[in-house]
This record gives sequence, C-alpha cells and structure tokens, in this order.
Amino acid sequence: MLTKRIIPCLDVRNKKVTKGVKFQGNIDLGDPIEMAVAYSDGGCDELVFYDITASAERRPIDIEMVREVGKVIHIPFAVGGGIETLDDMYRVLLAGAEKVSVNSLAVKNPAIIAEGSRQFGAQCIVLGMDPVRVGPGAGVAGVSGFERSGNPETDPRFPSGYEVTIRGFRERTGLDALEWAKRAEDLGVGEIVVNSVDADGTRDGFELNLTRMISTSVSIPTVASGGAGTPQHLVDVFSQGAADAAIIASMTHTGEYTIAQIKDELVKAGVPVRRTW
Amino acid sequence: MDVVAIIDYKAGNLTSVRLALEYIGVECEITDQPDRILAAERVIFPGVGAAGAAMKDLNELGLIATIKAVVAGGTPFLGICLGTQVIFEFSEEDGGTPCIGLVPGSVKKFTPSDPACKIPQMGWNTVEIARPHPLLDGITDSSEFYFVHSYYPAPSDESYVVGRTEYADARFASAIGKGNLFATQFHPERSGRVGLRLLENFSRWDGKC
Repeated sequence: MLTKRIIPCLDVRNKKVTKGVKFQGNIDLGDPIEMAVAYSDGGCDELVFYDITASAERRPIDIEMVREVGKVIHIPFAVGGGIETLDDMYRVLLAGAEKVSVNSLAVKNPAIIAEGSRQFGAQCIVLGMDPVRVGPGAGVAGVSGFERSGNPETDPRFPSGYEVTIRGFRERTGLDALEWAKRAEDLGVGEIVVNSVDADGTRDGFELNLTRMISTSVSIPTVASGGAGTPQHLVDVFSQGAADAAIIASMTHTGEYTIAQIKDELVKAGVPVRRTW
Repeated sequence: MDVVAIIDYKAGNLTSVRLALEYIGVECEITDQPDRILAAERVIFPGVGAAGAAMKDLNELGLIATIKAVVAGGTPFLGICLGTQVIFEFSEEDGGTPCIGLVPGSVKKFTPSDPACKIPQMGWNTVEIARPHPLLDGITDSSEFYFVHSYYPAPSDESYVVGRTEYADARFASAIGKGNLFATQFHPERSGRVGLRLLENFSRWDGKC
C-alpha cells in the first residue's frame, strides 16, 4: 500500500536552518547538511529545502548546498527559493535534487511550469502555493495587509474562500486558490504543496478544509503545509484533510517529537506509513 | 574503464543514480557512447519521462542495438523506472509505443476505480518478494521503496516476477529478473538504505541467479 509521506521542511538562510512565524522573527536551528542526514536516518520520507532569502537578495539558489545534500542523503528532496528560469531549475536538478518547487515564479510566469514539466518531467515540478482565507471571519493577526476585515460577505472573486498570495505572503494575487491549483495541474505540475497562510507557524494544526478541498479536486498528489504541532495534527490531515503527504518543521526541528514518534501515532490511527529505514 | 556505465539518453536526471553509486564507493560514468557502454563491467539503464520520447531518443542515439548487445553478452544489467518500462515489448503510453522487447509483456496505465486514487503513484510502497534473487540479498520482504510512475510493467511470463507491489487496483511486477537482466519500477537510488543495499548487491553481482 502506498504510504503517506512526512516531509520535514528546512528553511535555509545564510547556510543555517532557520524557523520563523509568518516569515518573521527567525531563529537559527542548525546546519542543513547535518539536519538532512539526521532526518533521513530518522525515517523521514522526503525533505524540502527553501533558500528563503534568495529571492529577496536577488541571487540564485545556493547550489553548493544542494550538491552537498545530494551527496549525503538518498531519499527524494525538493528545493525551492530563488528559482527564476528554466536554467535555474536545471541546475538544481543536476545538483541532485529530485524536485524543484516554484511559487511566486509560477504566478508571474505560468508558462514556465509547462515548459519545465515538458523538459524535465512533471514529477520534478512542484507548485508551492500560499493561500489565505478571505471573506467571513478571515484575517491573520500580526500580518500586515491581512488584518481581520470583518467583511461578512463571501468575496465573489474567490469562490473557494481562499486567495493565493506570493512573495512570502507579502503580495495578494487576485487568484482563487482552487482555480489556481486546477490550472497548475493542467499546466503540468506533478505535485502541489498547499501552505496555509492562516495556519503557518501556529502549530495549531493544518487547515483541513483547504487541504481537503484542493486534494480532492486534483488528481495529482497534494502536500499539506503549515500548522503541524502534534502527531494528532498529522493524523487529522491524512484522514480528514485527504493529504497525500504533510510538511512539518518546528515540531521536530526543536526535538520535541521524532519522526518515529509521529509514525507510531499514525500507525495507531490506521494511517499507512513507511516503517523501516 | 569505469565499473558501471549509466546510460544517458536525455531521459531525466541521472545525478541521483551517480551520487548513490559514489556513496557506496562504486566507480561509474554517465555516458551515451555505445563503445563505453559495451566495455563496462555493469550497465544501469535509468530514466524518467515518457516512453515515446525515450524510444525516439534511444533510436537517434543508436542505443537500442547497444542495449540488446549488453544484455545478450551476459553483462549485469539494471533497469530503473522508465528504463525498466522500455525493455518490455510494448507500452500503452503515448498512444501505444513499441519498445525494445527484451522482456515479454507490456506496460499498462493505472486505471483506478476510486477517483480519489492519485496518478502518478508518488511515494513509498512495499515490495513483496515473489522469489529470492541475488539483488535482494539482505533486503527484508515487504521493505518500502520510492516510486514515481503512471504506468506499470506487466510481464507475460510470471516466472520473471521477482517483486510485487499494489496500487490503483493493480498488483504489478515492481521487480523483474531475467538472467543477467534485473529491472525495478521503483527508484533504488532514492530509496534510502534498502535502495543502497540493492545497488551494492548489483555492484557485486556476476549476472547469474
């Protein structure tokens, strides 16, 4: 039986893994290569690395780091951040990454997804998307531009109730999250990572409604992201959220939980996971 | 001469195969040169992508005859993913693609009855060992390997099936053995410790079983 994947996410800044809440107040957690090996040995199913300052600093992704990771771990890993061109994608894949993740770039230039998929294969093009809740009850405390609006009406522009944001939640796009997911599938992405702006960094659980809506509306694998705090949150997102994989960060970065502990809880709940590594 | 030749036919990224071999201390070379491939002690035929484009590129590079000669000559040969699919006689992909024909049978598309079943299969799934094989030495029955594919191998002769995996209503041949030829639908180079073990076994295999 195909198992549900657990994917630790390593946000990298200045060659250190860092973790912030809603892209603010980051603290350094460790060396990305050492953490990659520890996670791979500890039973994670895949890894994702984001070079979180590459875009802002207008520099290409840290290829040397990708190469070093590829030498020491032999499970799939994705890389994102600072991808601007097909050549950037090619360099990341050639350095040893299994997948390349595009987010803001895909919104600005959707054709590049189709071209990347055609040139390198759909399985290595991942769409990352950062949807935010809109309409009744929407609003994210502490994030500029996303204060609780108190608008009681559903916004007709966003029938799914979620709008896609880019540039680390800093910019709205006017795109409906569900429509964007379906369009990306048509353009040829192999997988979609749904990172909820509302849940990101809260450790209060995944956005189950959003995850389920997208996962059940596309035929490609859907990865839930944002909000993982306890093993129960993963049980919930694999059962109620219909996710094919889930991204975690703080809950294991800090040593509070191990991958093995999370998988034990998933097994107890009847969720299929990889047990031997 | 390098010990292992990894056949390069533009079908996706071969870096992960090279990195996995280097990690276990096996010399290798990524090459599209028939003479290099024919002279190698062992040959790996990897690849991701579509069967139609792969067969076209293999033809243009003149590699079909090379692959047939390698296998006929008894050189240990390992197919991976798309490399495994195109050694069958025929693939349903791209409107039907005649393939190399080293293993009798065809490659079929997953047709799940459950609309919630995602295609491609992407992730870790178990491989039930159907019969012992030197390449599975030290690998526990029902170990998990990493898969990414929308089509699956269906050998016409059950005796070639070494491992089986279930997905989308199919119980398919995920590992195939025929003399000095071994082929996997999964990616040993992305399958952690068990995958590296399979590659180590391959690096020592004399092609007999």
